[in-house]
Amino acid sequence: MDGKAYCEYVSKTAPRTAELKTLLAAFCVGGVICMLGQGFTDLYAYLLPQAEESLVGSLTSMTMIFLGALFTGLGIYDKIGSVAGAGSIVPITGFANSIASPAMEFRKEGIVFGLMAKMFVIAGPVIVTGVVSSVIVGVIYRVIAVA
Amino acid sequence: MQWWEYLLKYGKVFLMGGAVCFIGQLLINRTKMTSARILVTFLLLGVVLEAVGVFSHIKEWGGAGITVPITGFGSSLAKGAIDGSKISLFHAVTFGLASVSAGLTAAIVCGFLVALIFKSKPKKL
Amino acid sequence: MRIGKHTFAPNGGVYVVNTASIAGPNEGRGRYGSYYDAVLVDHDWDCKTHEKTEIKMHKYAIEQVIEKSGLGREEIDCIVGGDLLNQLVASTFAAREFEIPCLGVYSACASFGEALAVSSFLLGGGNMDNVVCCTGSHFGAVERQFRYPLELGTQPAPSSQYTVTAAGAALLSTKKRQGVPRLEMCTVGKIVDFHICDANNMGAAMAPAAADTILTHLKDSGRGEDYYDYIFTGDLGKYGRETLHYLCKKQGFDLSGCLNDCGALIFADEQKDMQGGSGAGCLAAVFCSYIYKEMCAGSMKKVLLVPTGALLSKGSSLQGESIPGIAHAVALEI
Repeated sequence: MDGKAYCEYVSKTAPRTAELKTLLAAFCVGGVICMLGQGFTDLYAYLLPQAEESLVGSLTSMTMIFLGALFTGLGIYDKIGSVAGAGSIVPITGFANSIASPAMEFRKEGIVFGLMAKMFVIAGPVIVTGVVSSVIVGVIYRVIAVA
Repeated sequence: MQWWEYLLKYGKVFLMGGAVCFIGQLLINRTKMTSARILVTFLLLGVVLEAVGVFSHIKEWGGAGITVPITGFGSSLAKGAIDGSKISLFHAVTFGLASVSAGLTAAIVCGFLVALIFKSKPKKL
Repeated sequence: MRIGKHTFAPNGGVYVVNTASIAGPNEGRGRYGSYYDAVLVDHDWDCKTHEKTEIKMHKYAIEQVIEKSGLGREEIDCIVGGDLLNQLVASTFAAREFEIPCLGVYSACASFGEALAVSSFLLGGGNMDNVVCCTGSHFGAVERQFRYPLELGTQPAPSSQYTVTAAGAALLSTKKRQGVPRLEMCTVGKIVDFHICDANNMGAAMAPAAADTILTHLKDSGRGEDYYDYIFTGDLGKYGRETLHYLCKKQGFDLSGCLNDCGALIFADEQKDMQGGSGAGCLAAVFCSYIYKEMCAGSMKKVLLVPTGALLSKGSSLQGESIPGIAHAVALEI
């Protein structure tokens, strides 16, 4: 048996993710996290009636990020993630988890070379993509505006 | 607002947020993408949706269902850049990051503090 | 003495005089919980890092096996150790406390097989009299090196395995003792690459190497598929075990009567371990507890150990390399 035939055999027989179960879990957990976010948005809008929409949005993000990091520290977020998958990765709390978890993990190698240096091993690409793409969008819009 | 209006609003948020995560899970199941790639993909989706001007319409319907996922982070970045582009090229280039500074600061500070306080543990089988 | 192509038998007897094992809390709740010499209550064992815990586990296993044998430390000629961490920091750092010459071996999760094979050459060649083999792994230390931070919220792939927290040490000697298994021969395995690239499916990546080594061993030794009471592979997991059956059947060998896998067995049925356990400590701990005790008790007589390893680093996967497998076979009889 050669490698190619074997790879075909493996891709046919390897245990698969339970599609329906994982999709349902992602849908429900993702939906609930977003509802929680909406709750904070409404709360901040009620508490700060004069505030601009962007301030309320920022406060909501900060709250969700705080909760994501806190639940990561308490060792709960990875348990949610093992069930919910994308349901807890895609929300902003998942972004917080991807920053807090390597920071915790590499704390053992010291604060500078461990915690601080390794904090962005997973979230780094996200920030780089975000900044680069926003610059591209800004330049294109500026060119259109000038033209 | 009446109670059923709240119910409708939060129902929409649930459906919207659920749908975004559903697509994410579909990508994970079908392509074996890792979480960093999923985050990058959805961030780019948010940037593109904002850049072509669709994001605000989705947000009107789904509220936090589209802003709480990382797509909201992407949209803020693009929105900042677009707002800045009305002033000068300098602002067009720098306003993107400035508009997400709150979230980024929170993520870095919270991550830092959490790592100082807590220790990671293997889970129980 | 060479037998066939890749199989070697020691000149004179080599005996597995004693074994010692230590396991983590999850493994302690597993199928062989009562067989281990010690079971940790938590993953730290009062250490600041999981690497330090692993070093302490290696040290414990080596200490225990020497103590049980009644030999003095100065009578041990060599420690042959291995683990999964970069630069073998767990096994070599553990050995620094003993003032015994040390050799480091690496065959990923098949390291225990390599350690036994190297030891049998050292002893069978008449160079040494007593050698300790020790390998181990720690879930927390391996996870951060090969995969993700422990607290990252990812879903485990259904084909993946759980790295065991365990270490096992065996003392091999040329001095004959009654009632202990004799190391008969070793088949040193080839690196076999069937171009599996999925790091979450190690069982499939290692099964071809296991099949190659088992069939080479049977051919070299001239033994039939029913010669051994048990063939224990290292850590193929439940799916990898099925794949190995399939590969052997394709070549006309039916091993379903005797083949089993330590990775598939180490955890209890009710533990959510996906395909089972893996890691350099997996076969080492199961052999040094359950298999060794059963052999000494006489309920297993002819056993072939086939630890299996998947060769990869975090970088090699990202550079698009496939995952080659390796397996060594060690035949024991009582």
